[in-house]
Amino acid sequence: MKTYDGQAKLNLTVNGEVRTVWVAPADTLLWAVRNRLGLTGSKLGCENGDCGACTVHVNGIPIKSCYTLAVDVEGVEITTIEGLSGSPVQEGFRKEYGFQCGFCTSGFIMNGHALLQAEPTADVATRVDWLQSNICRCTGYEGIEKAMDHAQVLINGGGELEE
Amino acid sequence: MQMSSRRSSLGVSLERKDAPDKTTGRTRYTDDFTVPGMLYAAIVSSKTAHGLISDIDDTAAREMPGVRGVFTGKDFPQLVGLYLGDKPALAVDRVRYFGEPVVAVVADDERTAQAAAARIRVKYEELPIVRSPREGIKSDAPLIHPNMEQYVHIPAILPEPGTNIAHHTRMRKGDPDAAFAAADAVIEGNYKFPPKDHVAMEPRVAVAEIKSDGQVVIRTSTQSPYGARGIMSRTFGIPPGKLTIQTAEIGGGFGGKAGIQLEPLAYLLSKSLGGRPVRVQNTREQDMVGSPGGPGLEATVKLAAKQDGTITAAEVQFFFDSGGYADYAVNVSRAAGYASTGPYNIPNLRTDSYCVYTNHPFATAYRGFGHIEMSYAIERSMEILAEKLDIDAVALRWHNAIQAGDETPSQNVLDGNTGDLRECLDRVARHLGWAQGPIERIDHDRFRTKGISCYWKAPAIPTFTDAGALVSFNEDGSVNLVTGAVEMGQGIYTGLAQIVAERLKMHPDEIHVVQEVMTDRSTHDWTSAASRTLFMVGRAAIAAVDDAVVQIKRVASAPMRAPEEDLEVAEGWVYLRDDPEQALPLSQVVLGYVYPNGNAIGGPIIGHGKYIARHLSDIDPETGKGRPGLEWTLGAIGVEIEVNLRDGSFRVLKGVCSMDVGRVINPALARGQVVGAMAMGIGYTTREAFEFDSNEHVLNNKLRDYKLLRYGEHPEYIVDFVETPQGDGPFGARGLGEQGIIGMPGALSAAFSRATGVQLNALPITPEYVWGGYHTGRDTAWNDALADDTPTDGSRADDAAGKGGQS
Repeated sequence: MKTYDGQAKLNLTVNGEVRTVWVAPADTLLWAVRNRLGLTGSKLGCENGDCGACTVHVNGIPIKSCYTLAVDVEGVEITTIEGLSGSPVQEGFRKEYGFQCGFCTSGFIMNGHALLQAEPTADVATRVDWLQSNICRCTGYEGIEKAMDHAQVLINGGGELEE
Repeated sequence: MQMSSRRSSLGVSLERKDAPDKTTGRTRYTDDFTVPGMLYAAIVSSKTAHGLISDIDDTAAREMPGVRGVFTGKDFPQLVGLYLGDKPALAVDRVRYFGEPVVAVVADDERTAQAAAARIRVKYEELPIVRSPREGIKSDAPLIHPNMEQYVHIPAILPEPGTNIAHHTRMRKGDPDAAFAAADAVIEGNYKFPPKDHVAMEPRVAVAEIKSDGQVVIRTSTQSPYGARGIMSRTFGIPPGKLTIQTAEIGGGFGGKAGIQLEPLAYLLSKSLGGRPVRVQNTREQDMVGSPGGPGLEATVKLAAKQDGTITAAEVQFFFDSGGYADYAVNVSRAAGYASTGPYNIPNLRTDSYCVYTNHPFATAYRGFGHIEMSYAIERSMEILAEKLDIDAVALRWHNAIQAGDETPSQNVLDGNTGDLRECLDRVARHLGWAQGPIERIDHDRFRTKGISCYWKAPAIPTFTDAGALVSFNEDGSVNLVTGAVEMGQGIYTGLAQIVAERLKMHPDEIHVVQEVMTDRSTHDWTSAASRTLFMVGRAAIAAVDDAVVQIKRVASAPMRAPEEDLEVAEGWVYLRDDPEQALPLSQVVLGYVYPNGNAIGGPIIGHGKYIARHLSDIDPETGKGRPGLEWTLGAIGVEIEVNLRDGSFRVLKGVCSMDVGRVINPALARGQVVGAMAMGIGYTTREAFEFDSNEHVLNNKLRDYKLLRYGEHPEYIVDFVETPQGDGPFGARGLGEQGIIGMPGALSAAFSRATGVQLNALPITPEYVWGGYHTGRDTAWNDALADDTPTDGSRADDAAGKGGQS
């Protein structure tokens, strides 16, 4: 087992770029991307893994960066919201009013995108399973539900998108 | 010019202006800014609900490398308050609730500040605890603010020294005693729920610094940049021009970021450290408990009615649980008072609404501002009255629905701008299939039941609530709009762009709205709250456009050699009304017109607009007579739930809302506000509440155990807007941001009561509560609460509940 003391120098692969950061062993990935790399799209909502506003991808899998240690994710592919562009889920959130204040949105989009990468035809129950790990306080989830519908139509075709 | 068939910008679901940034993580919230040289504060919170601070040992913290200062209440004795100055930035000598900030540590970085805070030891001498507002108003209750007579307060707020009453609102109308004596039926009910939190996703944060010239700059997540400036200025003697509040977009507010929050502490810490920038940020736990939430309530409502269902009188007592400090809760209790009939025409009224200090986390504005609490108690009473009179619950409401020409509790006659509540109620009943009956059995254990409620709300605002707007132009003729409105999710910048575009007859894409408020360069604006922002800032923006149009015509009249009166402005042109071919593009006018020889006239056009509330007055302290409500938004809510009575589990299947919003500016955004509010109302009713142990410590101060509605638990939403124009609203619009939450506790309680066969008169309605009600045949939450509430003198709390609050 690797041990760390004081400040550790890490090479993190974030959004396709290798970035060298100095962190303490107890620093979270969320802290590192926000405060060391200036990637503030991932949000600090609870620091307890409850709200999902900090969700990022590690090797394509959505994880809560507020309780992932930065030292644990060296050498893996980390993607933050800043590294996501042109995702059907982003378009869905934009077109279907999937957000209001926007504070939970990065996390929801990262989780939703990972879901549709893994299961493009995810049914209602699967979507509930995945998206229950995030909290939105503004939308009543209707906009998010429509955003996911929109994204699935974009990915899979076959449905009519409502304008 | 070519006149095109321009579509109206109103009634159109435009994409939100903030959509590109918010869906790519580019929007910057307060916590995303750093200031060079910024120091970080960490807060030590009270571990007791009521106690004297006997000792603070901060030696170990001070010795830590990187710690720049440790501060306690003794360092900052100034009391701050919106209406009533009762709260220090850090507890002075005594703590009044579990979670109250006691010590602040400032260090070079966050980690050091938190580590140092963890080394601070505070000792308390425990004091007797006030556990509920009904307990708080007893004559022998421990006093939470023994020095209340020294507090500074505004004239409209009337604290009662020697008691725990921070404010008492009286509404008196007609002759309720005679009406009760003559009534065919009288019902009385007691209702209650504990305090709770807004849980905006963004925890509150403020960064303050003081420049060398004395300029105080505070970047903060506030709904009220100008409100915070005003209070800070008055409290600390900072000239308002030397104090700048900056607010970018905020991550949800729901009332919790109105008023004043972390700004005083951040300022005081910076001041103590030579003006260096200091950041104060709540952890989620501190945000939930240390900073204010929504008030709890205990209420008694008595209604008198004729056999045909006509309600003749109401006697209402509200005891708001304000917690350790008053903050906005004094005005919340006042708003609940002047709305205390609900949207029903009740000619005889006696209301006493008290804001009572307890040893709970303190309360502030919460979406609905007293109306959700009021509505819950009134709608419960309507259900009980309907049962007693054996009248259909919808018919009873329809019969008593308030209409234009009727009088409000504060004795204002509702004018022709009043919305059509009966139409809203009809639509909800139709969408819900009310005619098919409110109860359906699915199988042995599972039932589907329906519930309906009505609601109303007027903004609870100062009589002089204002808004301003500035319109300027760019080289291409496009428009910049500056206001004092804060974007917190409601989509205000999109809505305002649509209003400006409509008035200028341009495309909303050409309207650039400045998405940040800075009090030294934005326009004065009361607060982004009370569902008044689109209404009032919309009015100001229209006025600013009109002012700019006058100037455009004046400049254009010379090169066009035509009187100003003959000119029109539309689609980026100024043109002759009767000969539109003679036209100039705005781009040639708005920054000044330049003749072919180089001569220039005009100069940059800047339109200014303003709004101030009309005809509002304070209410009489004895009778409540006055005009506190600018415009009333009326509506109805309906729900269908499915309950399994074997185990109490349930699902909310359908949420229906019909609301008379005057005019829909952006249907998708309007729907989003209503749907989001309904979801919040479902959470409010079914799970959101602080749980306290026997020492009034909050047990669920984190999102792990403070349960919120999650994805998939939301119902099917049906939203149906009625549009009776608000004559003085922008293009006829009235407020709609809060209202979707207001009727939800009443509608859900009705549906659950129908399922269990027991009137459930407490919140939250959890599966355990449903199960208990059904299986015992009584309202177990209320009875369970008696054990907790049993006062030390051995008298029953429900006796006190019935009598203790009357004056």
